[in-house]
Amino acid sequence: MAAPETSTAAVPTLYTNNTLRNAFGGVLSFFILLLIGVMAFSIRLFSVIKYESVIHEFDPYFNYRVTQFLAKNGIYEFWNWFDDRTWYPLGRVIGGTVYPGLTLTAGTIWWLLNSLNIPLSVETVCVFTAPIFSAFASWATFLLTKEVKGTGAGLTAAALLAMVPSYISRSVAGSYDNEAVAIFALIFTFYLYIKTLNTGSLFYATLNSIAYFYMVCSWGGYTFIINLIPMHVLLCIVTGRFSSRLYIAYAPLVVLGTLLAALVPVVGFNAVMTSEHFASFLVFIILHVVAFVYYIKGILSPKMFKVAVTLVVSVGLAVCCAVIAVLIALVASSPTKGWSGRSLSLLDPTYASKYIPIIASVSEHQPPTWPSYFMDINVLAFLVPAGIIACFSPLSDSSSFVVLYIATSVYFSGVMVRLMLVFAPAACITSGIALSQSFDVFTRSIKFQLPGISSNTEVDAAETSSATAEAQNDAVKTEKSEETSKNRPSKKSKKKEKEEKPSTKAKAEKRLLALPLDSSVISLLLLILLGAFYVVHCVWAAAEAYSAPSIVLTSRSHDGLHVFDDFREAYGWLRHNTDVDDKVASWWDYGYQTTAMANRTVIVDNNTWNNTHIATVGTAMSSPEKAAWEIFHSLDVKYVLVVFGGLVGYPSDDINKFLWMVRIGGGVFPHIKEPDYLRDGQYRIDSQATPTMLNCLMYKLSYYRFVETDGKGFDRVRQTEIGKKHFKLTHFEEVFTTHHWMVRIYKLKPPKNRIRGKTKKSKSKTSSTSSRGKRSGSGKKNPWQ
Amino acid sequence: MGRASSKEDAGALFHSLRSAYAATPLNLKIIDLYVGFAIFTALIQVVYMAIVGSFPFNSFLSGVLSCVGTAVLAVCLRIQVNKENKEFKDLSPERAFADFVLCNLVLHLVIMNFLG
Repeated sequence: MAAPETSTAAVPTLYTNNTLRNAFGGVLSFFILLLIGVMAFSIRLFSVIKYESVIHEFDPYFNYRVTQFLAKNGIYEFWNWFDDRTWYPLGRVIGGTVYPGLTLTAGTIWWLLNSLNIPLSVETVCVFTAPIFSAFASWATFLLTKEVKGTGAGLTAAALLAMVPSYISRSVAGSYDNEAVAIFALIFTFYLYIKTLNTGSLFYATLNSIAYFYMVCSWGGYTFIINLIPMHVLLCIVTGRFSSRLYIAYAPLVVLGTLLAALVPVVGFNAVMTSEHFASFLVFIILHVVAFVYYIKGILSPKMFKVAVTLVVSVGLAVCCAVIAVLIALVASSPTKGWSGRSLSLLDPTYASKYIPIIASVSEHQPPTWPSYFMDINVLAFLVPAGIIACFSPLSDSSSFVVLYIATSVYFSGVMVRLMLVFAPAACITSGIALSQSFDVFTRSIKFQLPGISSNTEVDAAETSSATAEAQNDAVKTEKSEETSKNRPSKKSKKKEKEEKPSTKAKAEKRLLALPLDSSVISLLLLILLGAFYVVHCVWAAAEAYSAPSIVLTSRSHDGLHVFDDFREAYGWLRHNTDVDDKVASWWDYGYQTTAMANRTVIVDNNTWNNTHIATVGTAMSSPEKAAWEIFHSLDVKYVLVVFGGLVGYPSDDINKFLWMVRIGGGVFPHIKEPDYLRDGQYRIDSQATPTMLNCLMYKLSYYRFVETDGKGFDRVRQTEIGKKHFKLTHFEEVFTTHHWMVRIYKLKPPKNRIRGKTKKSKSKTSSTSSRGKRSGSGKKNPWQ
Repeated sequence: MGRASSKEDAGALFHSLRSAYAATPLNLKIIDLYVGFAIFTALIQVVYMAIVGSFPFNSFLSGVLSCVGTAVLAVCLRIQVNKENKEFKDLSPERAFADFVLCNLVLHLVIMNFLG
């Protein structure tokens, strides 16, 4: 009984072994994915633990305010909302100028939870939206990499993305900004595109378009997708990989995607009229031409096809040239060739500094430095080239897409440090591929050389489908692993000479190239060490570098932890001690926070859509007191808010930003000349400062009564004593200064009732002393002319 | 000489195209007719816009793109249903048609929203 069983059970055992192993692998990868999601969520919670559950920075406050409005008033009010509390007196059409994806997502989550009777506040939902979507993003990375290279690479890439510091920096709990949701949408759209490309199913093409719609709703960076995918289609056509699956993947996306993009009010007709989208239409036409040519080629005999080609080429060329000439004329007639300012500043990195100083002034639009690459993607910087090579063997549609993605994102990340965020998923995908391949090679070498495994060679011979590819990879991988093993020169020489040693196994001698046992074990350990370094760095970066809410500052000194909560103190004072309709003027950085927390109308905010308005405020800050008072009075301003870090050493205060006020103001009002404020090419506030600088409003409002703090007026940020120490303010009065002097609020003094008979004289006097050519000093004159 | 040969070449080409096309199955020809009709409708809309002007632009855009969209989707259906395509031999035509209907539903939902 036993003997026939064992003989007949041999083959089914093989089969059940395989399915059992596959099932076990499936369950294991499910649990790994779950843990990756939990890790992605938890690593972003450092700021909540160290500070509190508060919204960070500047832009998230605007999104938070919009979400509050949405939660209170519903979606129709939100869609038609005209905000009159900002950009006074212009206002802002929120419905038409905001990317609604993030706020609608958070609003939906809040509404869902509240209808399930889980009463979370809007703030809590906003704070934790980013970590939740980063967990989704790592799952999307798993799906995408699985389509490219398989489950192992997918899990590695997902684990890498969950922790990569570049992504953590923009999606930490409290950073409620567009990128929190947009990166998930980006990766998911790419996954669906690759899935459609691999399967050729129209169902996935539909899902792809819907995911693209979600991306357009979420972030202005959607133009990256609508240019990368056509580039990839063109690459496939040019390298001879045209197939009908390519057509199904691309053509419905263009039509549906353009329509869906035009549905979003921010984009509107830009979806068909700006140069950012022209690439997709051009490739659409090219794809149709190529598909038609292939179809004709398929139904004609070769001789007839040649005839057809000569005929079409002679006629079609003339038509083509005419059409292209018209198109070029159309595009060239617009001054920016149809591109928006932001896109142009990406293509030509020097564009912004020459023409649009506001774009140039934002710190996250500067090019990154080399250390920031190591800070933001750490170990992945070494693994990316290995991953690119792994994508080439074998080259499929999906791996060529990954290569193209990483090449373009590396370029753009070099232009603007904010776009390191788009580079991070590509880096994780390629590094995941590289790590997983090398693990495969090493473990396979170990498995084949362990004693007692040779009885299973028939089992393993059945699954040598990828072994051929890996045999070619082995030689490459040893070189790469040499680079990753940092300080082992002796091992390097040993590996180099063992590289060519063929394996001497029973069944698979013609295909497998196993590495020697000891070097693979050591390499495996070194790879694990590499991973450990990466994890340690990521946790450190998340805890120390990227978790600062920047609205609350802390510093450690010998007598414990100091907390600087000055910003919220100032906004709270404004909220409780001023009228609801009072207007507050400050530099545009603080606009969003002022409207959200102080609930007062501001003149300019972080949206920076109106350069002239910002230049007006900048001019006012750079002018002497009386001229500044005139400007502010014409804008109905009641309070002026200034951020000053000189007492505590806070470096991002308004005096350090002053050069931008002068530049932007000078760009629109020519009477503000930057050299007036410079001494030897530098902005100085000490005794060597120019008289224009010492008399301007920003200096006076920052340093008023500053000498009373320590008797000498020593500015800790500029590390020098101030130039003008004792002065009085004639047109402003100080109403509030926070505890550490970080925020100072001044009120405009009302105009005098009687000028005591000196009316005509004072008018002529001000018109001659205010040598700012265009403006004459009598109050109601329009300062814009 | 060149002229005459090119003319008879064109004639031969035309004939061979015609005979090759006549060999396609009937269901594919119906789909091709549908595609042709959609493109023709789009052309009429463009000519109308050229005559009358493009206001309101969103209506024009949604009209033209709905025609182009249905044409594209019908071509996708044709690709998937065509028995000569080796890549799709394990895709049942019912599934292909169901995908086609779903995609058209989404397309026309968007069109109706955008039509104004």
